Amino acid sequence: METVYYLIQNTLPVAIPLLLVALGGMFSETSGVVNIALEGIMLFGAYFGALFVYFVQDSGLDPQTILVLGMLIAAVAGLIYSLLLSFAAVNMKANQVITGTSLNMLIPAIILLFSKMYFDSDGVTTSINFYIQKIPVLGDIPVLGRMFFQKTYITVIIGFILLAIATLIFYKTKFGLRLRACGEHPHAADSVGINVYKMRYAGVSISGILGGIGGFFYSVGVMDGNVNGHTGVAGFGFLALAVMIFGQWRPGKILFASLFFAFLRTLAYSVSLIPFLYNLGINQTYYRMLPYVATMVVLAFTSKKSRAPKAAGIPYDKSLR
Amino acid sequence: MEGKNNIYNDNKFNIRNMMNKGILSSFFSALVAVFLGLIIGFFVMLIALPANALIGFRHIIVGGLNRIGDVFYYATPILMTGLSVGFANKMGLFNIGASGQYTMGMYFALYVAFMWDLPDSIHWIVACLAGFVGGMIWGAIPGIFKAFLNVNEVITSIMFNYIGMYLVDMLIQGNSAMYVSDKTRTQYIPAEVQMPSLGIPNSNVNLGIILAILIGILLYIVLQKTIFGYELKATGFNRFASEYAGMKGKRNIIITMAIAGGLSGLGGAFGILAPSGIAGSSMTYEPINIIAPAGFNGIAVALLGNSHPIGIIFSAIFISYIQRGGTLASLAGYKPEIIDIVIAVIIYFSAFANIMNTAILGFIVRHFGKGRKSGNTLANDDIKEAE
Repeated sequence: METVYYLIQNTLPVAIPLLLVALGGMFSETSGVVNIALEGIMLFGAYFGALFVYFVQDSGLDPQTILVLGMLIAAVAGLIYSLLLSFAAVNMKANQVITGTSLNMLIPAIILLFSKMYFDSDGVTTSINFYIQKIPVLGDIPVLGRMFFQKTYITVIIGFILLAIATLIFYKTKFGLRLRACGEHPHAADSVGINVYKMRYAGVSISGILGGIGGFFYSVGVMDGNVNGHTGVAGFGFLALAVMIFGQWRPGKILFASLFFAFLRTLAYSVSLIPFLYNLGINQTYYRMLPYVATMVVLAFTSKKSRAPKAAGIPYDKSLR
Repeated sequence: MEGKNNIYNDNKFNIRNMMNKGILSSFFSALVAVFLGLIIGFFVMLIALPANALIGFRHIIVGGLNRIGDVFYYATPILMTGLSVGFANKMGLFNIGASGQYTMGMYFALYVAFMWDLPDSIHWIVACLAGFVGGMIWGAIPGIFKAFLNVNEVITSIMFNYIGMYLVDMLIQGNSAMYVSDKTRTQYIPAEVQMPSLGIPNSNVNLGIILAILIGILLYIVLQKTIFGYELKATGFNRFASEYAGMKGKRNIIITMAIAGGLSGLGGAFGILAPSGIAGSSMTYEPINIIAPAGFNGIAVALLGNSHPIGIIFSAIFISYIQRGGTLASLAGYKPEIIDIVIAVIIYFSAFANIMNTAILGFIVRHFGKGRKSGNTLANDDIKEAE
């Protein structure tokens, strides 16, 4: 039972970044822009969030306040970075995959350049502790309290709130409906007076906000406050894309998919703590590969009847209407 | 396409015709992308360390001239990955997995170099072939996933980058014949398995670059003169039309990805089997769970070369040239990563090629092509044809 608690407590902080970033990808793709740049957006948000934390960590502010402020900084940073993608994909009608790749390559180089020149390191490491031993009241609930409200991060709660907001926007607002129309059939959307360019900017920007927050939460909950240009976010942006495909571009399924992947990753990194797996004597590297291999297996089964937005990846050209 | 061209053919000095062939326009847009990349790189340097920006920038621009041998030496692996990405691109596949294929090829080559006992004269050849096979396997898998299961090759290849990296690092660390644990890297490869050096003083430039250029030319011939090359490009233009015409799309996807993977794998073999500066030493591999940058640089090389094998040869040499300049920029207090920034910006702007071509073409037509209907509408038509 201790192991179960341990696994759940450690899965959630890993699942939240995946969840948020995959939701971001969902907003972007349902508006019709494929967002390969999520990896770079995450790193950009994480870096500026961590920089903010680095500069205020000694100011005596409450750690959780710092975390929330850092999250806002990360969100703005992610939004700004995603504008580069929107501009290329919407205005310049560029190939979205190529643009995304270039944005992914750009940010680790920038981080390494400036960190090596000014911090003499590969990135920035914060020393503040965001870890929460126990949330008052909620943490005292038997079993569930221990699973979800002890030894955790506030990121988990924020993550679920953001999920709820995103789901509401996606399904219950005029904006969400219009956004989805632009990814399915932009010409039809345009013909009823929806500004496809604006909607695509909005979709990518939301993915920038969520990507930035997800990246910051990754650095807080997974990397213990370290952001560096070498490992970056370790392919989480790409995993999030896989989570999004596995989740069939639907918020509820994306939650399930991100929990699944996060659980596999947590399992991979805690093999030595689980006697049963440890005694099997399998090289731990195999477990490290597990999330990526699982992605392939899952995609193999889900891609045949893919529900991808039909116009995702195709630049919208008014004159072709 | 031919019929439309005839309308313009009355004029002898026919820029538009050259544009239609796509050579001049892609050259111009590459030039513009490079120019913008360097300008933005300069601004980044101005922000990072204003006082030395001019000196640092001068290193980047002309620094490579002092190290021409090294330029070719480091061009070899990225030329191969560039050819790999470009080749897949011709079929409309984006091979972002060149890194994983490169790493796999490198491992296969290392394995043959250390574990197989072969006559000296053919040992390095076999090691290179093994690298080709290793990359081929790693490239074929995303191809199979794409062809039979409709999984996007971008996601698959990214996943296989990670799987390949972890796998190779594990295999190397577990092999005491290759791995020196207290140096955390592989041993030097025996001199007889290294790529034969070209014997140019003060550089390690070796046979690899010659072979890579020859392979580039060979690919050009395959693409232009063979049925397979024709089918490949046709599928790239319109997959459904080519299947309707009886081409075997699925088979071609797998073969293309396998060849692309093999090219990257060969790049890995060329990279790791190369001799290095200290006499008797060679390149070594350090298993530190980092995805090989050669693959991503290959994407830059391919895009800059417009996926054209001959263009890729030149763009690989160019990228390697400014990379050498970038290492020299550290003399002025910068870090070599400045070049990665420049390269990323170049890719970003080469994705604009469409719009830039139109703009440049419009400019040229307005200024040089007098007496014709000028303006963007015509230019637009031409671009569509050129594609």
